[in-house]
Amino acid sequence: MRRKLWISLVLLLVIPGVLCIASCAKKAVISEPAEVVSAEDEAAIKAAAETAERAQQEKLARQRAIEEQRLKEKQAMREKMAARNMFINEDIHFDFDKYNLLSMAQQILQKKADWLWNNPDVSVIIEGHCDERGTNEYNLALGDRRAESAKAYLVDLGIARSRLTTVSYGEERPVDPGHNEVAWAKNRRAHFEVE
Amino acid sequence: MMVNINFNKLWAWPAYIIFLIMTASFLICPALCLSEYDYVDINNPFLRKIPIAIPLFKTTAKSRAEKRLSEKASGLLSETLEFTGYFKMLDRDAFLVDPEKFNITALNINFQNWTSIGAELLITGSLQVKDDIIDIELRLYDTFKSRLLVGKKYRGWRNDQRKIIRRFCNDVIHCLTGKRGIFDSKIAFISTGSGNKEIYICEFDGYNPIQKTHNKNITLSPAWSCDGKWIAYTAYKKGRPDLYIEHLKEKRGFIVNKKGINITPAWVPGKFALAATLSFSGDPEIYMLTGTGKIIKKLTNNRGIDVSPSWSPDGKKMAFVSNRSGTPQIYIMDIDSGNVKRLTFHGRYNTSPSWCPNGDKIAYCGGENGVFNIYVIGIDGNDLSQLTFNEGDNESPSWSPDGSLIAFSSNREGPHRIYVMSAYGTDQRFLLALPGEQTNPRWSLGTVSN
Repeated sequence: MRRKLWISLVLLLVIPGVLCIASCAKKAVISEPAEVVSAEDEAAIKAAAETAERAQQEKLARQRAIEEQRLKEKQAMREKMAARNMFINEDIHFDFDKYNLLSMAQQILQKKADWLWNNPDVSVIIEGHCDERGTNEYNLALGDRRAESAKAYLVDLGIARSRLTTVSYGEERPVDPGHNEVAWAKNRRAHFEVE
Repeated sequence: MMVNINFNKLWAWPAYIIFLIMTASFLICPALCLSEYDYVDINNPFLRKIPIAIPLFKTTAKSRAEKRLSEKASGLLSETLEFTGYFKMLDRDAFLVDPEKFNITALNINFQNWTSIGAELLITGSLQVKDDIIDIELRLYDTFKSRLLVGKKYRGWRNDQRKIIRRFCNDVIHCLTGKRGIFDSKIAFISTGSGNKEIYICEFDGYNPIQKTHNKNITLSPAWSCDGKWIAYTAYKKGRPDLYIEHLKEKRGFIVNKKGINITPAWVPGKFALAATLSFSGDPEIYMLTGTGKIIKKLTNNRGIDVSPSWSPDGKKMAFVSNRSGTPQIYIMDIDSGNVKRLTFHGRYNTSPSWCPNGDKIAYCGGENGVFNIYVIGIDGNDLSQLTFNEGDNESPSWSPDGSLIAFSSNREGPHRIYVMSAYGTDQRFLLALPGEQTNPRWSLGTVSN
């Protein structure tokens, strides 16, 4: 009985040992050829790596170029939008009860003409406005004259008449609701809207 | 002139019978108002207000409801007459006789009771309500001559009370001045109450304002046709200032939507035609248009602004605003000859001419040192007078149909509101309270039916 116990104990210790030796022996057998690499193979691997590297570099460069292009376009678009916004946002102003173009107004109109020249598909509505003082009926006519003055100037600078329409709002649409000279000066204007 | 007036909506037959009976009973009264027009001379700038006594109307039933109605009706009569500016209303507390007790017919009135408190005119009334029908008798007396000037009996629905009172007031004014009263006229104006400028119409005294347009953009410059049936105005319904000519009751009308501005309509007296400023030629000029909006002819021909036509009552001349001299001034054109004469020389900003229905003068808005006031000037350029002083900006004058009053807009109390004053600038008062701001009053020429 005791003997049987001993055998099983020995077996218990020996079998894993044998198993372990067997596996180690197998490993050694596999790893052996890997250690032996030919020079040819080495060169091929290197070349492949270099090609990959180059491709990566090229890809990055291309991406960079695209990015640059996109940025440039974005910038151009931004500039274009800025020019467009400038065109829309920059009003010309008039003296009280007057519709002749002041020199400042003429400079702004020249810029507007340049922009219109570079944007030949654009049509424009010129709005004539007045300050709140005086009679609203007379101011409707005054706003009409102001818009027409601006239009005539742009036509003189070579912009096709058909691209420019006018509408008078008289004193009905002030930009500044105040009742003082600062507000009035802002409100006596011709405003430009792109159609 | 005892006349019995039946108001519409009444059942024809019973009303007709009553009408006959009443006419018969009143024809006996002898005193008539034929040529008593010397009571009020409306052309006198230093008009003395005539003291008038209007006791509470007599009621027969003595019911609370009837009494309240009597108070309301007599109050309305006082207010309506007072609006003209011709009368000084005597305080009822000073009356020597109790309205409940004294008799209202000439035979039984002791006129001394009235002359002794200073009354030169007396209006007595009686009122009776049965079911929803109201009977009102009204009499105007000259207390010093002890004479009946106007006597009328009215029957109508209870709700017709205001109409009845106004009709009597028209007769009173006609008797005293020889002119038709203003009580059937209306005033169109612009109000921003809805959030946008829209046309509203109220009665002559500001009563019952009704929003007429619902354009929800900008609506300006209402102009009444002579018969009060049409209104022309400028609106931005399609985003630009076009001219709309609309029938007030029927849903029809015409549009003038030429390039540029289509503004400041003014109907030619007695015609279905109007003058308006159009700028399709590139320059604002005044054109004569048919009532359907077709151009008949070009009236002005001058580089620069020509706007705001206003016709003489005979339709032969037109006042308008032009800046041909460098500043806006008022000019008069003779339509047949085309001759133009400058009318205003005082100040550098004269606009909004309104030709008085009497024909002899023109009211306008003049600006000096940034302040705008109402002026009146004779059509020969003489007799210039300033009617408003030191009270904000005062603009857009418009005459009442009898030429005795001027409606205008003013911001003297902050927001722009409609005010009324006499032709000489006296009795300036505010016409109606509405939300928003009110501008551009235009008084109808005559009767505007409801």
